[in-house]
Amino acid sequence: MQKKLQIDLSTLLASLWLCLMLLTAVTAPLIAPHDITAMDLRHRLSPPFGFGGTVVHLFGSDDLGRDVASRLYYSIRTSLLIAFGATVISVLVGTAIGFIAAYFKGIVEHFLLLLIDVQASLPFLIVALAMLAFFGNSLPLFVALMGLYGWERNARLARGLALAAGSQGYAGATRQLGAHPLRIYLRHILPNSAATLLVAATVTFPEIILVESGLSFLGLGVQPPMTSLGVMVGTGREYITRAPWMLLAPSIVIVLTAVAVSVLGDYLRDKLDPTLT
Amino acid sequence: MTLLQLEKVSRRYPIGNTVFGSRKSLTAVDQVSLEVKKGQTTGVVGESGCGKSTTGRLALGLEQADSGHVLFEGKELAASGTREWRLRRQRMQLVYQDTLAALDRRMTVGDLIAEPLVIHEIGDRPSRRQRVLDLLQAVGLGEHHRALYPHQLSGGQRQRVVLARALAPSPSLLVCDEPVSALDVSVQAQIVNLLVDLQQDLGLGILFISHDLRVVRHVSDRIVVMYLGQVVEDGRADAVIDQPLHPYTQALVSAMPRLPGGFDHYLPLPGEPPSPTERPSGCPFHPRCDRAKDICRQTPPELLTLGPERRVACHLVSNP
Amino acid sequence: MTSLLPYIGPKLLRAALSIIVVVTLTFFVLRASGDPALQILGPGARAPDLAAFRQQWGLDQPLYVQYLRYLWGALQGDFGNSMLAGKPAAELVLERMPLTLALMLPALALNVLIGIPVGAYAAMHRDSWIDRSVMMLTVLCFTVPSFVLGLLFILIFSVTFGLFPSGGADKWQSFVLPVLTLGTGGAAVIARFTRSAMIEVLSQLYIVAASAKGVTWRQVIYHHAFPNAIIPILTLLGLMLGGQVAGAVLVENVFGWPGIGQLLVISVGNRDLAVVQVILLLVALTMTSANLTMDLLYGVVDPRLRNARQGSH
Repeated sequence: MQKKLQIDLSTLLASLWLCLMLLTAVTAPLIAPHDITAMDLRHRLSPPFGFGGTVVHLFGSDDLGRDVASRLYYSIRTSLLIAFGATVISVLVGTAIGFIAAYFKGIVEHFLLLLIDVQASLPFLIVALAMLAFFGNSLPLFVALMGLYGWERNARLARGLALAAGSQGYAGATRQLGAHPLRIYLRHILPNSAATLLVAATVTFPEIILVESGLSFLGLGVQPPMTSLGVMVGTGREYITRAPWMLLAPSIVIVLTAVAVSVLGDYLRDKLDPTLT
Repeated sequence: MTLLQLEKVSRRYPIGNTVFGSRKSLTAVDQVSLEVKKGQTTGVVGESGCGKSTTGRLALGLEQADSGHVLFEGKELAASGTREWRLRRQRMQLVYQDTLAALDRRMTVGDLIAEPLVIHEIGDRPSRRQRVLDLLQAVGLGEHHRALYPHQLSGGQRQRVVLARALAPSPSLLVCDEPVSALDVSVQAQIVNLLVDLQQDLGLGILFISHDLRVVRHVSDRIVVMYLGQVVEDGRADAVIDQPLHPYTQALVSAMPRLPGGFDHYLPLPGEPPSPTERPSGCPFHPRCDRAKDICRQTPPELLTLGPERRVACHLVSNP
Repeated sequence: MTSLLPYIGPKLLRAALSIIVVVTLTFFVLRASGDPALQILGPGARAPDLAAFRQQWGLDQPLYVQYLRYLWGALQGDFGNSMLAGKPAAELVLERMPLTLALMLPALALNVLIGIPVGAYAAMHRDSWIDRSVMMLTVLCFTVPSFVLGLLFILIFSVTFGLFPSGGADKWQSFVLPVLTLGTGGAAVIARFTRSAMIEVLSQLYIVAASAKGVTWRQVIYHHAFPNAIIPILTLLGLMLGGQVAGAVLVENVFGWPGIGQLLVISVGNRDLAVVQVILLLVALTMTSANLTMDLLYGVVDPRLRNARQGSH
């Protein structure tokens, strides 16, 4: 039964890169050489070390002389934190709605399925933009909004899992013991669905990073003085001719992370849950 | 004393598209009456699709009857899902065929057997622990089985766990739905004997559902024969086996191997049971009956009471 | 065609319901987000002015009356005025429609015209070095977010080589980079999908049989493999539309393209709610009708679907 764990080179590199990102996010305050708002007016738009810059600003500095490397570390931290919080919300909300749809038959189920269909037929970025227009922006609100990303997919998945556990299997058996529905869903169906939901979360997580950076790039996501990868790309774009490193540093991080997650995601899906497409 | 009584219980299922197009229904259980006495076993036998499993689910209140009454310990069952219904579960339990699906594979045997006690808040932690040990012993398992998971057990052992779990809240009624069909013949006998022993010790009433007349005969005091959702014959077990009146029962009995005579009287049953969606006119059994007369094709027979504990629905018996 | 009705009927009903849900949700979310009178007149407005404003716009009516009025207005194409431009919101959005379509349609063409041949070629040369490097490149193309890709294109083609302008929409050269940015990701997805669809179809038995009868490989590809692979690709195109719309918003902002996407971001920044609402509704309408068209097309192309549905009646 036990197959030899085979990891090809690309999967290995992808995991290493993601570990590096995680490490950076956790240790950002320790490894960042400067404060992210500290201005060094003598070294404005200084290029990275090795391209005519100094060791003081390893990845160069921006228009206000702020250290690009320090800002990058903190951006990774912010983006990962937001994506993490939002993924947790998305899976929780999605699972709850999916279970509710599975439990209540009839009109409630039809209504929730309709909502799921509506959400699935609208691009999330547009919905997010509309919500930001309606409610304004603050960090908790923004995280909550990002948490709506992918809820419909998680809800569909959770409903499918609950229905599969269904009346014939262990759920029906526990029901006939006289268990309260809450017990059946929380003690039996949820633990049995956890692995699949977790795999779904690994799909949601990187997608949220991308949506977040897109919104922040548009200036509608994370607000200064906080910084995120999208904010950095947005600022860097103004200096694309004079200081391309301001743009390239966060862009490379986004690209590598996106590719790494995609590679690792394929691997995980193959190994853990072949039914998830 | 009557423990469970079904009075003219029917169950229909809607079929087909419900938004557009016509809405039809099939009758899975049609005017079924039967009873289970305290400390006795009523066997329900019939081919697959005859509605015997649905009858079991109706008896437990897991499904709601469209008409008729289900009385348990003299009281009508509360609607499924209500608090009252949940409380009644302590008194009536189901034993399944597919034990691997019915047991949560993430829980140990000990936790599975203790779960009904936790649900119904019976006892405290030490007393539950003791009760689990007693139950394991009662179904022929040992203390070392307690920490195992369902997939680490054999089919027979899992069936014992299911039985122990059903017995945990001290029910007065067990509904056994094909409890041994998935098991090897040698293991079948062990489980059936265990069931009979437990019944004698605990005074359980059992509704025993199976397609296998041999097993039903072995455990039952009364036998109910079902065909296409209807009761076609019932009576005391020995009477039904020794003097089957309905041609369908006769065919079932003749197909049952027994030591003297072997298969000598085997009456082959032609064809498949018709689908409940295309119920034949008249007697539902007439297309497969070699003695069918005109009346059988036109008028459905009444369920005729022949004695205090004997009923049959057949024109050949009522007007020979 | 009558036999299509039971197949398409429920889908049509669902689509209509979806639109109603979107309209209703936007209305109530809009009202929940704050008092429009305060928002427009500002927090310093005097009480009589506020009251007059509310009366003028019917905001003193019960909520359901406001809702019905709003629905009635929406049916007649009246979605209120843009606070910023002072013009009807619908007019403002429709003005910009051609420019957005001028971006999206060529990008869609690019998806198909590059994606399908590349995928088919890779499938036919399965496991060759070309196949492998093309597939690696596609991973890069569809995982990189469009705004990063657009900026990288600007950095390479505008800043470094000076080949194309980095913004504006005045000459044909200005179309090149935005269309390329928007089309690349989709083309990569289609290429990967086409490749796997083709490989699956190719390995199926009847293809084997067809090639055994002595038909040429080329004929097998054109007459069997291609028609069978085209249906799922069409579906995929429908599914990708949402990503394409979202991508257009970002790409328009990267290249300063004066389309609906740019308008959306400006309106969100200024909380110009009427305009946001119209755009949301427009997107919802586009998406639902696209899905509906796909379903219809699917029903026409693949009669098994219809029959399966009717068989269950």
